[in-house]
Amino acid sequence: MIDIAGLVKTFGSVRALDGLDLGVAQGEVHGFLGPNGAGKSTTIRVLLGLLRKDEGEVRLFGGDPWRDAARLHGRLAYVPGDVNLWPNLTGGEVIDLLGRLRGGLDERRRADLLQRFDLDPTKKGRSYSKGNRQKVALIAALASDVDLLVLDEPTSGLDPLMESVFRECIDEFRSEGHTVLLSSHILAEVERLCDRVSIIRSGACVESGTLAELRHLTRTSVTADLASAPVGLDALPGVHDVEIDNHRVHLEVDTTALDAVLDALQVAGVRSLTSQPPTLEDLFLRHYGDRIDGTGEDGGR
Amino acid sequence: MTGTLVLLRAFLRRDRWMYLWWPVGIAILYVSQGWSVDGLYATQAEFDKAAAGMENNAALIAMAGPARALNTTGGQVTWQSAAFGAILVGLMSMFIVGRHTRAEEETGRDELLRAAPVGRHAAMTAAVLDAVLANLVVGALTGASLVAYGLAPADSIGLAAGLTLCGWFFTGTAVVAAQLTTSTRAAYGIAGAVIGLSYALRALGDISAPALSWMSPIGWYQAMHAFSGLRWWPGLLLLAGAGVTVAVGYAVFDRRDFGSGVLPARPGPARASRSLGTGLGLAWRLQRAALAGWAVGLLLGGLGFGTMGDDVGDLVGDSQTSRDLVLQGGGDIVDGFYATLILMLAMLAAGFAISSALRPHGEEDAGRVEVLLATALPRSAWLAGHDAVTVAGTLMVLVLAGAGLGTSYALVTGDGSAVARMTVELLMTAPAVLVLAGFARLLHGLLPRATLLAWLALLLSYVVLIFGELLDLPQWFQDLSPFEHLALVPVEDFRWTPFLGLAAVAAALSVAGQIAFRRRDVH
Repeated sequence: MIDIAGLVKTFGSVRALDGLDLGVAQGEVHGFLGPNGAGKSTTIRVLLGLLRKDEGEVRLFGGDPWRDAARLHGRLAYVPGDVNLWPNLTGGEVIDLLGRLRGGLDERRRADLLQRFDLDPTKKGRSYSKGNRQKVALIAALASDVDLLVLDEPTSGLDPLMESVFRECIDEFRSEGHTVLLSSHILAEVERLCDRVSIIRSGACVESGTLAELRHLTRTSVTADLASAPVGLDALPGVHDVEIDNHRVHLEVDTTALDAVLDALQVAGVRSLTSQPPTLEDLFLRHYGDRIDGTGEDGGR
Repeated sequence: MTGTLVLLRAFLRRDRWMYLWWPVGIAILYVSQGWSVDGLYATQAEFDKAAAGMENNAALIAMAGPARALNTTGGQVTWQSAAFGAILVGLMSMFIVGRHTRAEEETGRDELLRAAPVGRHAAMTAAVLDAVLANLVVGALTGASLVAYGLAPADSIGLAAGLTLCGWFFTGTAVVAAQLTTSTRAAYGIAGAVIGLSYALRALGDISAPALSWMSPIGWYQAMHAFSGLRWWPGLLLLAGAGVTVAVGYAVFDRRDFGSGVLPARPGPARASRSLGTGLGLAWRLQRAALAGWAVGLLLGGLGFGTMGDDVGDLVGDSQTSRDLVLQGGGDIVDGFYATLILMLAMLAAGFAISSALRPHGEEDAGRVEVLLATALPRSAWLAGHDAVTVAGTLMVLVLAGAGLGTSYALVTGDGSAVARMTVELLMTAPAVLVLAGFARLLHGLLPRATLLAWLALLLSYVVLIFGELLDLPQWFQDLSPFEHLALVPVEDFRWTPFLGLAAVAAALSVAGQIAFRRRDVH
């Protein structure tokens, strides 16, 4: 569906995208993760033919998104993170307009979505709140008959109830065999929805794979109450940050080395055990941790 | 009232450019009338003759106001400026009040303020004070300019003070309007309609039923009779009216909820009409309101200009300067005058053409284009839709301007054939107008940050038209204006070569703009 290799895009002296790779296969919901300014929106704009790439290879449905933009766009729907509506068009009019421009709306789905998202289609664009503007674009996208959804932080401004409606809608869309590229920095949303994830940073992809694969790359945290003091935990490969307080132990372990740790704990006699699988947040922080120290750099959006 | 002064200071800072341009512009409007009158007529006899002609011209009276002391500079300044000055202070007051009250409430910024420890009325009071001050500045600058120009001080001050009072009156109506609707645009619509109605009432009153003029604040202002037996008491009507309307505004404000208006927000259609589904349909929908405004404006402009009929000789006077200023070409004075008028109307139409050609730029700036171009709508079709509206709209406003000019000319002179003739004459300027629109399109495609240059091109054309001969500007500079290349109809015979040449240039610029846009990033 989407194939990007070595994509470079510069704005003046700023290198917003610096050799980015991204692949999205038919039928998957692909999470596109990164903090503000990492280049997510720029990538999507190149993918939509709004921006011209400087270097690299970009294929959308096997075509060139810059040259064949309009033809390819008939098969996709796009929802930006910050929806700007025409102040004097109503939400209903915008939904119809975008749907028609994409090549037609599913009338039943349009009515159903209006109800589920609880949107009043007779209000003018200027009087919608941010969340409601977002709903207008989401309904227009979901009611269109397309193969691919490109969503750029689509839930910003939605309340939790509407977020859950959004998740249901994405599940339904996927169950019909369609594809979604979901750019986000809301990790819970990505964890809940996505089959595969790409993490980008400073305009390049630093990690890509299924959530399970990515988890493999990180550590599980283990806390245990033991019958006797454990021996030799420090020496095991892949074990970090061991804290022993009498018979209570806390440690971090590479997910690949879990077996050895469990064996060692069993020898000491386990009274209680909790283990915390790595969250996407850990993954994310591992790649962006140094940003917090102020050493990270910011690309253009 | 806590916080009023802090807010007022913040408002004044936001409005600092308004405080420069409105007073300067309005003062220039007043003083330039004196300057042009004094330049126009070489002798008092000439002046008397022109004044006698104007006094009997009902159309001019409807446009400007009651004819009093028209053979004096002060009388002319009052007559020609007062009604328009009143409209301008009305608009200024409306924008100042609107942007700090309803606009803030609509965008939700006001909510932040109201949650802060400021009084409920602080923002509204600060906005009213802001407008009151601005009108004082307008009055002070206008009065000082008139006195400095050498007009009688008492009457100059009376004329300027009346202007300030008018501004205060319209401040009050704007405050009320801001309470009525939830959208700023609708509030401006209501406040603007009050100003328009005031102008229309006095126009009708001045030509036929004086009682109607007394129902209009602009009529009250003109009833102060500056430079023809100044009296102050009609000004008290304005002051009282301002007090009453502001008080009504506060009363309504206290009785309504935050974010709401007295008039309910009207819901729009839940479904799009059949036509809203293509680039052209969208462009039409987005531009039709502005087009209607320009169309009405140009029709009225044409009607106004045509009221001068054939009395042009008297109006213009005999001095060479004034002839250079208002006449094009050497021939007959009436023809020369109308050749100028036609080009001036064409340049007004160019105002529509340029703003319409820059509409895609505005859309892009507002971030509404990405979603559109991410649909199957090709870039070229999106832009072509707007282009089509620009071209068709330009032809339409030109036809209306010409029809207006011809109609009132025909009514004044009895020459019925003028309607069709002048309509065609204006239509024939279309290529020059469209060259400016094409230039705007090229800028949007190539240098989207420099679109202001499109307006500079229109300003240049205007300067060349008005001052080209007077200042003896070099020919190459005059040739930069597309209007200079057109045959000066009706002084000269129409020529096809420049018409077709300009049309080709307009088309080329437009196509180049399309190509440039298709090749660049969209933001």
